[in-house]
Amino acid sequence: MNKKFSVHVLLALGAFWMLLPFFWMLATSLKTQMEALRFPPTIFPTMLMFNNYLEAFRQVDFSRYFLNTIVMTIGTTVLVFVTSALAAYAFARLKFWGRDLFFTLFLAMMMIPVPVYLAPSYVILSRFGWIDTFFALIIPWSANVFAIFLLRQHFRTLPQELFDAARIDGLNHLQILKDIVIPLSKAVLITIGIFQIVSNWNAFLWPLIVTHSDSMRTIQTGLAYFSQAESTNYPLLCAASTFTTAPLIIMYFFVQKQIMESYSRTGIKE
Amino acid sequence: MSQRKDISGYFFILPALLVIIVFRFYPILQAIRMSFFKWGMAGPMQIVGLRNFSRLLSDAKFYQSLGNTFWYVIFVVPLTIFLSILFAQMLNQRVSGRGIYRTIYYLPVVTSIVAVSVVWKWIFNPDRGILNAMFSFFGLDGLKWLNDARGIFEILLAPLNIEPSGFLSGPSIALCALIIMAVWHNIGYCLIIALAGLQNVPEQYYEAARIDGAGNWKTFRHVTLPLISPTIFYLIITQSIFAFNTFTPVYVMTQPPGGPLSTTKLVVFYLYEQAFKLWNLGYANAIAFVIFIIIFMLTQFQKKYIERRVHYE
Repeated sequence: MNKKFSVHVLLALGAFWMLLPFFWMLATSLKTQMEALRFPPTIFPTMLMFNNYLEAFRQVDFSRYFLNTIVMTIGTTVLVFVTSALAAYAFARLKFWGRDLFFTLFLAMMMIPVPVYLAPSYVILSRFGWIDTFFALIIPWSANVFAIFLLRQHFRTLPQELFDAARIDGLNHLQILKDIVIPLSKAVLITIGIFQIVSNWNAFLWPLIVTHSDSMRTIQTGLAYFSQAESTNYPLLCAASTFTTAPLIIMYFFVQKQIMESYSRTGIKE
Repeated sequence: MSQRKDISGYFFILPALLVIIVFRFYPILQAIRMSFFKWGMAGPMQIVGLRNFSRLLSDAKFYQSLGNTFWYVIFVVPLTIFLSILFAQMLNQRVSGRGIYRTIYYLPVVTSIVAVSVVWKWIFNPDRGILNAMFSFFGLDGLKWLNDARGIFEILLAPLNIEPSGFLSGPSIALCALIIMAVWHNIGYCLIIALAGLQNVPEQYYEAARIDGAGNWKTFRHVTLPLISPTIFYLIITQSIFAFNTFTPVYVMTQPPGGPLSTTKLVVFYLYEQAFKLWNLGYANAIAFVIFIIIFMLTQFQKKYIERRVHYE
């Protein structure tokens, strides 16, 4: 009994520590600037300044940043679905010369850490004239080796009879993929989709490097910019932090299991 | 399926192949080439042979950033894994509210590192921050946190009249602030992986240990730990690579970025600064090369180790 109690105390302490920054972000976001700077601080805001949220939106163009992020997320996700499904089908189901060689080449690319290709990618993108455009945000991320890998593993588990029957019905490979294989791969596609949403929403270093103008900022580069422009206005900064993280946190409460699985399987990084 | 070759296979992989060649494979070749040139975005590029690398070897700032990164990784990884296993172990004993705890502990993982950095910067604020308010509530002196360049070993050893300097003075208080935040941010991820590992330990093993009269600690040490060692090893490697690549907190939280006195300048940030602030693209690629070698060695180490397996059941 005693041991159970101490376990609960430790777990509760841990939970307190995990939640404290969230609570503090919310509490500060609703205070006046004056109250936020009081020391020792008030725990709960004495007056609820919901206006801080509107003010943050007014100070910089967050609606534009949201829109840019949504365009980037949809663009990469749709393209990743297309490129991965096609490639995974070929790697799993078609026989052609060099197949394993290509697959190994793909996997090898996963070994390269992102910092290595930052500078050369910038040079290549600027040669294309793509710097500061959606192309730079979307096209380099429109193929995802891990998505190909996950789909290939899944496609290989589908029974051969399915494919034989489809061939007898006269379907070509593209039709088989579209009408038979994809509908049987929903779980994997959801994992990949969640990975795409989370990693695009939270992407920072890449957008920071390949875009310059205010109208091309994404949520994260916009927030970082705002935090430099308003470095001491903590209520506004906390309000902005709250509404930029809210979409993913809300999503998290609905699809917690899938998110955890997606993270565990794909190893989402910063 | 027919045994003849499917030419359509090439068309199927073509879109992905194009992207990977242009934006993954080619940049790597380009990176290698660029590291032999002096290269700004404007002006002519100039071949300099190995001079970027020789400059790297005598660059004190580069060594400092590697040293900072070393301390950062050495503190973040064991702390995160230790705490996550501790909590996972507790959650694995059918405690009530287990699902809620899991949800809470995982919450930071889905929160963007930029927002998290903004909020923690405010928490660490030396004059108005809630952390120093808690310190003073318990009658302790507050710290300057992100503004404090003193190394922790320097502070801890001061009473003994030992004055380590440079690398040996350890991570600065400012870097420790980043370490605390990183542990907070990653615990949930490690916890879920550790929990999965713990749940794979067969119940009979615990029963056998109980019959043998082993206590809690002994059971953990001789039954649980060996059986989850592959999980721990996996976590060590992935978390090390992850910590090694840290960039965003340095960019958002520290003032000037990488400060105070460059004690929070991690190596990826140094690369960014050289490439995109000073536009020394050739030199930046020499740095990238070193980063690649270190991470490559980490992954190879992982492969070798995982193949041998840490412990056979």
